[in-house]
Amino acid sequence: MTIEQIYREESGRILATLIRLLGDFDLAEEAMQEAFAAALAQWPTAGAPANPRAWLVSAGRNKAVDLLRRRALLEAKREDLARLTALALDVSEIPEENMLKDDRLRLIFTCCHPALAREAQVPLTLRTLCGLSTEEIARAFLVPLPTMAQRLVRAKQKIRDAGIPYRVPADEELAERLEAVLLVVYLVFNEGYNASAGDELVRRELCGEAIRLGRLLHALMPAEAETQALLALMLLHDSRRDARTRKSGEIVLLEDQDRGLWHRDQIVEGLALVESALARGARGPYALQAAIAALHAQANNPTETDWHQITALYELLLQAQPSPVVELNRAVAVAMAYGFPEGLRLLDELEERNPLPGYYLLSAARADLLRRMERWDEAEVAYARALASVGNQAERRFLQRRLQEMKDKLATDH
Amino acid sequence: MQYLLLIYDKESDWGKLSEAQQGSMMQEYQEFTKSINQSGHYRTGSQLHPVSKATTVRVRDGKKLITDGPFAETKEQLGGYYLVEAKDLDDAVALAARVPSARIGSIEVRPLVGRDHP
Repeated sequence: MTIEQIYREESGRILATLIRLLGDFDLAEEAMQEAFAAALAQWPTAGAPANPRAWLVSAGRNKAVDLLRRRALLEAKREDLARLTALALDVSEIPEENMLKDDRLRLIFTCCHPALAREAQVPLTLRTLCGLSTEEIARAFLVPLPTMAQRLVRAKQKIRDAGIPYRVPADEELAERLEAVLLVVYLVFNEGYNASAGDELVRRELCGEAIRLGRLLHALMPAEAETQALLALMLLHDSRRDARTRKSGEIVLLEDQDRGLWHRDQIVEGLALVESALARGARGPYALQAAIAALHAQANNPTETDWHQITALYELLLQAQPSPVVELNRAVAVAMAYGFPEGLRLLDELEERNPLPGYYLLSAARADLLRRMERWDEAEVAYARALASVGNQAERRFLQRRLQEMKDKLATDH
Repeated sequence: MQYLLLIYDKESDWGKLSEAQQGSMMQEYQEFTKSINQSGHYRTGSQLHPVSKATTVRVRDGKKLITDGPFAETKEQLGGYYLVEAKDLDDAVALAARVPSARIGSIEVRPLVGRDHP
């Protein structure tokens, strides 16, 4: 494995361990960068160590001692001196494999601590555990970059100054604290599944990371049905990853996908999990979404899809978690189950209320229905509107193709 | 780490309590203080006189400005405080939740600057 590969796969875990050891996000980040720099300098000649992760954690800790010593000399900060002393005295062994896993769990619960502003919890987790850039996070939340950067800085400062501990919560608090964590995992998966910008439609590492976190949480709390449902949801979505894009990078819609490319083992696992969650009474947003995903997964071809059931589930989801996105998806399901005009009516109603300006999916959905109804001119307008605010390159190309199709239709009609 | 637990509640609500209820609350406070003293968390603390007894001092352009009353009119008023030693925020929050007024008012937990645990 090259150092670049190690960085991609391990830096999240290494960072989490360093944060625990050093008690400071920024210091841990700096230390990790220096550790990797040292690896780049030494491994080519000295050879890579048997356990690269352990080497990097150890190097990071040593680099942190150096950094603190330098800062202590320059600024004589009492906190730095105290931490320096603590680190120098701590000669414990490099953590074992499962301790590293626990470090990520500790980190995610810390990032989702209720003392942190709600709007900072998810970004902080995305930044620290998943290595997303501040810019990527800002785009995912439709928030200006400086605002997002400030949120992250404030959150890290609060953790430090208010003494938010690095701990998996005690049993009495665990269920309550878990809700915020599940939301974070869900959003991480979504960022991977629907990358807001850039050329890749599926950012596989994020989906994999979210699923791994989901498995960790499920293992930690097997009694929590919503956790199980979230894992099911992610597995079912992820099972389609190889069918969603062509080799050229073009998007393939669900109804056009080669279902032979769906990962059956994930579907089997996901279906079992969602059945179990529903049987245990889970009716929250993740359970409902997982049930919808299950219905899609169970259809051998698009015409077998149970759109009526899906519509009913979206109605329930709308009650559990009202949002423009859910309304949009419900409208599409209604169109498939009860006819395009009905679905279009719902979308028009939604558009009138204009909940999210620049939200291209709404225009794209309207365009699609108009296309199916062969109202080419109106579809052309809607596709053009969608193109104005789409961020993802693959989706942009898809919409451009559709727009061209509409133009061609209009040309032949005249 | 050291934290200030700032106890906010509506002074008017206190006035609405019967003597027996007020007595019961004071008793709870005494027990709480004793308990956190025994556990080693307590450093200092006190009930405060109501805001009608407050005086606000400002110095602007070298001039001393003295006004009667609190710095601002607020829905809830600062009624008392504890200075505690706690190992982290969760520890301090657990203490704050046990302050008798937490049930009816709000306890603000503020870390002190530069008092790290050695």
